[in-house]
Amino acid sequence: MSTGQARIGCGAGFAADRIEPAVDLVERGELDVIALECLGERTVALAALRKLSDPAAGYDPMLRKRMAALLEPLNRTGTRLVTNAGAADPLAAARMVRDLGAELGVPTAVAAVTGDDVLDRIDLSAPAWEDGAPLESHGEIVSANAYIGADALLPALRGPAPVVIAGRAADPSLFLAPMIHLLGWETGDWTRMAAGTLAGHLLECAGQVTGGYFADPARKPVPGLARLGYPLAEVGADGAAVITKLPGTGGRVDRMTVVEQLTYEVTDPRAYLTPDVALDMSAVGVREEGADRVAVRGARGRARPEELKVSVGYRVGFRGEGEISYAGRGALERARLAAEVVRERLAGALPRLRADVIGHSALHGDALAQGPDPYECRLRVAGIAADRAAAEAVGEEVSALYTSGPAGGGGLRVTTTEVVGVLSTTIPRERVETGVVVLEGSAAA
Amino acid sequence: MSVRLYDIAHARAGDKGNLITIAVIPYDPDRYPRLCSVLTAQRVADHLAERVAGDVVRHRLDNLPALIFVCPRAADDTVTTSLFLDSHGKSLGSALLELELEWDAEPEGAADAAPNGGPNER
Repeated sequence: MSTGQARIGCGAGFAADRIEPAVDLVERGELDVIALECLGERTVALAALRKLSDPAAGYDPMLRKRMAALLEPLNRTGTRLVTNAGAADPLAAARMVRDLGAELGVPTAVAAVTGDDVLDRIDLSAPAWEDGAPLESHGEIVSANAYIGADALLPALRGPAPVVIAGRAADPSLFLAPMIHLLGWETGDWTRMAAGTLAGHLLECAGQVTGGYFADPARKPVPGLARLGYPLAEVGADGAAVITKLPGTGGRVDRMTVVEQLTYEVTDPRAYLTPDVALDMSAVGVREEGADRVAVRGARGRARPEELKVSVGYRVGFRGEGEISYAGRGALERARLAAEVVRERLAGALPRLRADVIGHSALHGDALAQGPDPYECRLRVAGIAADRAAAEAVGEEVSALYTSGPAGGGGLRVTTTEVVGVLSTTIPRERVETGVVVLEGSAAA
Repeated sequence: MSVRLYDIAHARAGDKGNLITIAVIPYDPDRYPRLCSVLTAQRVADHLAERVAGDVVRHRLDNLPALIFVCPRAADDTVTTSLFLDSHGKSLGSALLELELEWDAEPEGAADAAPNGGPNER
């Protein structure tokens, strides 16, 4: 089975990511596997909430569009696909993709990886990591999903289904599992688990390692940002990896982009914990090996954590937001006056309220917002309350600024959205039972 | 003499749970030892005080080289429940790069022994 090298691409780094870079990778990348990472920490909770009002809406809403573009090239090139876009309902996602294959004349077997939903088996009186208070004290719990690892994906990869759809599989595990499968690694080989996890970590945010979330014209220019290529890794049997991208695509892969992504969202570089391993990055070497090619090696690993992390979603309430713009002389003063008006009008109506001036201090507060007054600025007011009506009052008060607020306010936008909070806890591995359901491809829709 | 961090380093912010991470990477690795001595966890905590609640922890990755600052957020300032416009904190790397650092004449070679960052060093 092993040819001594696995070629793994990343075709999406978050739920709303672009689609055509993934198609390009499948068409020209000579990949063994392309993985799509489509879940943030809160995405599953939001999907669980959607599922409550629409049982067919538990998976990633963009998955159909992605797969419509990918099924034919996957089939033609013999590339397999692994994704966590099943979100809160991998089985429904797998059915949808199977049916889509029939509809498009590309019959495709799809494997669903189940078992990350642990809402019926976690202790809701356990303390949340974040504040130590019992999970259930935060509000109505709507979801609980364990971060499952490569070991949960492997049975699906060992079967014949070209497409594997999971829910809350950990991001790097989507990439590590195919490496284990293709290179014949043992899951207890912590050095290789660490090496594969490191490569997966570098790939998992797609364009963030090829120049996205990086470009700064003055200091860090990136060529062809609008045509940004997404990354692939060439992983050797020993776990050493080269991160690269397809020729002719925009972006850059070099020491700087790789080191930025290496450190991204890392809270302890000596113990980066996944379901598969504890990765130590403190001896990792990063070396440029030619144009847009960077070699990484030296990952060290220790035994995987005994327990799995669980993301728990709970209902917080509703967020009301309103924005309105002011321009010209005195714009900042008028925006501040508008903020004072809304604050006074809403005093006591919402437990949490915030007003900022976009273009001045909305991102980092007044302390860092020194300098000349802007030509234009935009008041933004946001508040969260348990009930929708209280949250809607934010938009109502900002709207009223049109006729009853400072001079020259325009460009009004208001929204009210439901808010789901996310807490973390752990669950013993033996309490999580993952499984694989294979849906055979069918020729007729 | 002072330098603006933006002129000597690049940064990447990330979020995980109730933490914001900011990596600071010097363009010139020879400046890393000096960076370690002036860019302490406390310096970062003070600069980002509007958004950071509590002690900042600094991790050294001498092998890259890079520093990672792990910054706690207020209890109600999580990615979903934040009232900040940038609920993730993705723009905080740019805020940190605005920092002005005391920067004496460059050390000769890399002889500057990178000192420990204090109690918040890991």
